[in-house]
Amino acid sequence: MSAETPNRARHDPHTTPDAGHGERVGVYVCHCGHNIANTVAVEEVAEWAGTQPNVVVARDYKFMCSSLGQELIEQDIQQLGLNRVVVAACSPHMHEKTFRSACQRAGLNPYLFEMANIREMGSWATDDREAATQKAKAQVKGAVDRAVRQQPLEPLYVDINPNTLVVGGGIAGLTAALELANAGYHVYLVERDSSIGGHMAKLDKTFPTLDCAACILTPKMVDVANHPNITLMTWSEVISVHGYVGNFTVRVRKKARYIKEDLCTGCGTCVEKCPVRIIDQNFEVGLGYRKAVYRNFPQAVPKYPVIDTANCTFFQRGKCRACEIVCPTDAIDFNQKDAIVDLEVGNIILATGYEQFDARRVPQYGYGRLANVFTSMEFERMVNAAGPTAGRVVLRDGVTVPKRVGIIHCVGSRDKNHHEYCSRACCMAALKFAHLVHERVPEAEVFNFYIDIRASGKHYEEFYHRVLSEGAHFIRGRVAEVTDAARGPGEEGQLIIQVEDTLIGKQRRIPVDMVILMAGMESRKDARQVAALFGLGCDYDGWFTERHAKLDPVVTMTEGILVAGACQGPKAIPESVAQGSAAAARVAGMIGQRVMKMEPVRASIDAASCSGCRICNNLCPYHAITFHEDRKVSEVITALCQGCGACVAACPSAAISGAHFTRDQVLAQIEGILWDARQPEVLWLEPQ
Amino acid sequence: MENEFQPIIVGFLCNWCSYRAADLAGTARVHYAPTMRPIRVMCTARVEPEFVLKALREGADGVLIAGCHPGECHYVEGNIKALRRFTLLKAMLRQFGVEDERVQLVWAAASEGKQLAEAVDRMTEQLRALGPLRWRQRVLGEQPVARHAAEVEVGGD
Amino acid sequence: MRYGYYPGCSLERNAGAYHTSLMAVAAQLGVEFAEVDDWNCCGATEFIAVNRLRAYALVSRNLALAARQTAGSNGAAKGQLVAPCSACYLNLSKVEHYLSESPALASDVNQALAAGGLSYEPGSLRVRHLLDVMVNDVGYEKVAARVRRPLHGLRVAPYYGCLVVRPGFQEHFDDPEYPTSLDRLMRTLGATVVDFPLKAHCCGGHMTQISRDVALELIRRLLKNAADYQADMIVTLCPMCQLNLDAFQESVNGLFGTEYRIPILFFTQLMGLAFGLSPAAVGIGKEFIDARPALAKIGAAAPAAAGAAPRRKPRRGDQSLPLPQMPEEEV
Repeated sequence: MSAETPNRARHDPHTTPDAGHGERVGVYVCHCGHNIANTVAVEEVAEWAGTQPNVVVARDYKFMCSSLGQELIEQDIQQLGLNRVVVAACSPHMHEKTFRSACQRAGLNPYLFEMANIREMGSWATDDREAATQKAKAQVKGAVDRAVRQQPLEPLYVDINPNTLVVGGGIAGLTAALELANAGYHVYLVERDSSIGGHMAKLDKTFPTLDCAACILTPKMVDVANHPNITLMTWSEVISVHGYVGNFTVRVRKKARYIKEDLCTGCGTCVEKCPVRIIDQNFEVGLGYRKAVYRNFPQAVPKYPVIDTANCTFFQRGKCRACEIVCPTDAIDFNQKDAIVDLEVGNIILATGYEQFDARRVPQYGYGRLANVFTSMEFERMVNAAGPTAGRVVLRDGVTVPKRVGIIHCVGSRDKNHHEYCSRACCMAALKFAHLVHERVPEAEVFNFYIDIRASGKHYEEFYHRVLSEGAHFIRGRVAEVTDAARGPGEEGQLIIQVEDTLIGKQRRIPVDMVILMAGMESRKDARQVAALFGLGCDYDGWFTERHAKLDPVVTMTEGILVAGACQGPKAIPESVAQGSAAAARVAGMIGQRVMKMEPVRASIDAASCSGCRICNNLCPYHAITFHEDRKVSEVITALCQGCGACVAACPSAAISGAHFTRDQVLAQIEGILWDARQPEVLWLEPQ
Repeated sequence: MENEFQPIIVGFLCNWCSYRAADLAGTARVHYAPTMRPIRVMCTARVEPEFVLKALREGADGVLIAGCHPGECHYVEGNIKALRRFTLLKAMLRQFGVEDERVQLVWAAASEGKQLAEAVDRMTEQLRALGPLRWRQRVLGEQPVARHAAEVEVGGD
Repeated sequence: MRYGYYPGCSLERNAGAYHTSLMAVAAQLGVEFAEVDDWNCCGATEFIAVNRLRAYALVSRNLALAARQTAGSNGAAKGQLVAPCSACYLNLSKVEHYLSESPALASDVNQALAAGGLSYEPGSLRVRHLLDVMVNDVGYEKVAARVRRPLHGLRVAPYYGCLVVRPGFQEHFDDPEYPTSLDRLMRTLGATVVDFPLKAHCCGGHMTQISRDVALELIRRLLKNAADYQADMIVTLCPMCQLNLDAFQESVNGLFGTEYRIPILFFTQLMGLAFGLSPAAVGIGKEFIDARPALAKIGAAAPAAAGAAPRRKPRRGDQSLPLPQMPEEEV
């Protein structure tokens, strides 16, 4: 058959009676070249479809998605007065949009169209011709019966508030905020810690360029603080989110700093004079000290300190008040209270970052037991010129310079006992450490214990070669243990790294002075609560779920909520910046449209049938159902509803209907798809 | 093979994961039993117990519900809601004397075309061993009316 | 609480003290260990590599007897069999596991058992180690409540050996790399626990018979590490480990020129002492390296000051960096 075979109507369309609902359905069975026609008897299916109730015309054609194929549909709609269309072809994920547009062009509401997937779920999945044809008929009948009950639907249009909320002031959040602010839109940047900068502010140098992290970060931080389009809220947390894309209302708690920001000059005298010195578990990751009134680091943005009430003598015992006494501008206010602020925004970008894997969970590496075992973040603080050792590489005693340093890759990562995933950035950081140790302690020997060296970015592989040429030793093997149990005199007083060197096939015991554990990246402990708060999902490891891992990494399944940076998955600075920019671009695009078009596949509640039982209220993952106390009925906020149908299925009064997936439609499809399965009601006996 | 019983399975597939998985199986030309007739829903949370019962009553020998893996639901937790309903439904079906294998809930990510195909094959074999369900007879107690062909010569249907 | 009890050959002979002390302690704690009637060897030899089916049938005979004799205990349908010896525990739990995994093997084994009028249904018996029962079923609080004479002043190195935490055929009741349940049990008794890193490393096992020098080196490392950490004694839970560390200590000293005199006791013996029983009542006095000098330290020193408060201000001139916070000790 040539491609020009005329499409044949399988029966006279003008005489078939409209049975039942008075709908006029057109059925189009696609050959898709040989793809369907080789296995499914497409002509037979079309012919059979033409005999079904409500079907006015049934055709088969080589390529329905071609412009000629689409024209067939358009012509039939106009000339035969079709008000429902069914195409039996490929997957709706391929061409539902195509055919919906064709219907729309011909003046038929695009939601009065249904597809039967007889290719991916038919001809391609079997070579049993008879079964495939039978199954295709069933799918067509199901689609027809469903289409007959479909209703025309119109998309929703909502206004977009041009303000944006960015949650998290690390490098991804800062990038997103600056992009939007520079584009002329207003941004609220909410950061939980007392200063922005995130983890990047703790680093000394960044790979592979060995840029000083603070030097490239602080200008951005200052830009954010000074930008007229950015409202910076640090020491603040989001406590509730209501609304829908374009129209979110976010409640933020601004925690009390106990310092009046309009009076504080950032001179730091209070910090200097505070008598309470405690270990800083946050910024200094337990390696250094801070006061009870403190700033994370000297270039903190904003410059205002905060008071740690749990350790402040005044808050604990009513004494001291040294900071208040010495403050030259009377900026200390012990009576300050948390403030609640409500923000109205159109879009939210989550850039909440990651946490370091807790190395105490791998007890055989001795972290916590053996003094000279450090984590990667501890070592970052150590080599940082503004850190607790002013950049000197020393052992835990603060004095001794190590001569031999072991760096263990993949602690907590690529490990079935902890996290199977690779944390992406640690190999490069480990190479950076090897380089820095050589730089600071020229006579030191450095050993890297790795599984693979993942150097996949720009100039990363070259950096690896540089470190190799600097003389670092690389041993391929997973470290079995770090121990101080010496076997003989040569091992006394040192840390022994026991490892199988897989490239030479031998067990090795390597004595070192210092061990650095490259602890992996983990999702934040409260990632699931944050996800629940904003209405997005997390994957098994706690990373926020993007819409499509490859093609849409910064948008989530929830309209108006975007993600950027490490909260979406382990990554380093370049990727975080790219995502921050991408999220900002997407938001800017939406704001530029002013109005947003949304799919009408949503739920609605018939107030007359609603008994006010409220079962649906808590089922909605998007908090899209409100309850009217006065009328005692629930109502779906249409723009918030994402169309999952959970409430529709749950309503005991059948008061909720899900547009385009109504109960009637699905039940009809079930009946249709089982057209040949009904048991006979009459059992014909053989004649006597 | 000709007289071998071919069970009919109605499959409720969620738009985001399992439907895409079934599409992927086809695209990859992974062949599996042509016994599963798919119905697309946006999320397995949409699947009401009534849908399952309707399918069984209308002649399906089994029902397969396939959703996203826990933690990966496009709508956050719809698959968990489906799991809850499914568990209760199974308890009820057991009381009707309907075998466990006839209604199954599986998880299939969008990339798991092969696994979904294997699940369909497995279920098909299980149902083949169990035989047709005949819900109307077994559960509703309906008996088909026996008529002689000769009785309806006159009058027609 | 009532359990089936499988002593194994060692508890009848060289580890008689383990049996004596565990029975004494069980009486104190109200736990009943009912010895399986007519048990046979657990197969903790190389025979399992010679003829797998015969070895499994041999072990399964014990499982069959135990299942029959313990069914219905503790109100549970599944009987529980407790083995104090780690090697017995390994073999019993390993065979139980493989029978459950392979219906073909179970069927063959049951054919063999049938010849003796026995049968075993895989999954009908739960095999436990004595330490697991002590820390999880009895519990630390109950043990603490019976302590009459806290073991203050005694520095104890808890030694697990390898088999009790790895491979974990039934379940892992403690961390396979770095277990802490015995540590915590000793702390409950009031002893000062020495957290030495080789606590789950191999004692040499049968190597003492097969390749003596290899075994002695392994034993030497354990003794050296315990001594380096200033332990007064090593406490163990496996008769093989106890035998190797105790009976071969002199050989180690002879071969390596060392002078270790570290007593090796079973954890139940220390429990008994802490409960106020006499050393004789818990079988002390039979060990090669006499434990009594070490025991004289009990009560000689005051208990360690309860958790020194973390230093807020570092001393002047002290440049040392803070150590990471470790989780609170649970007692």
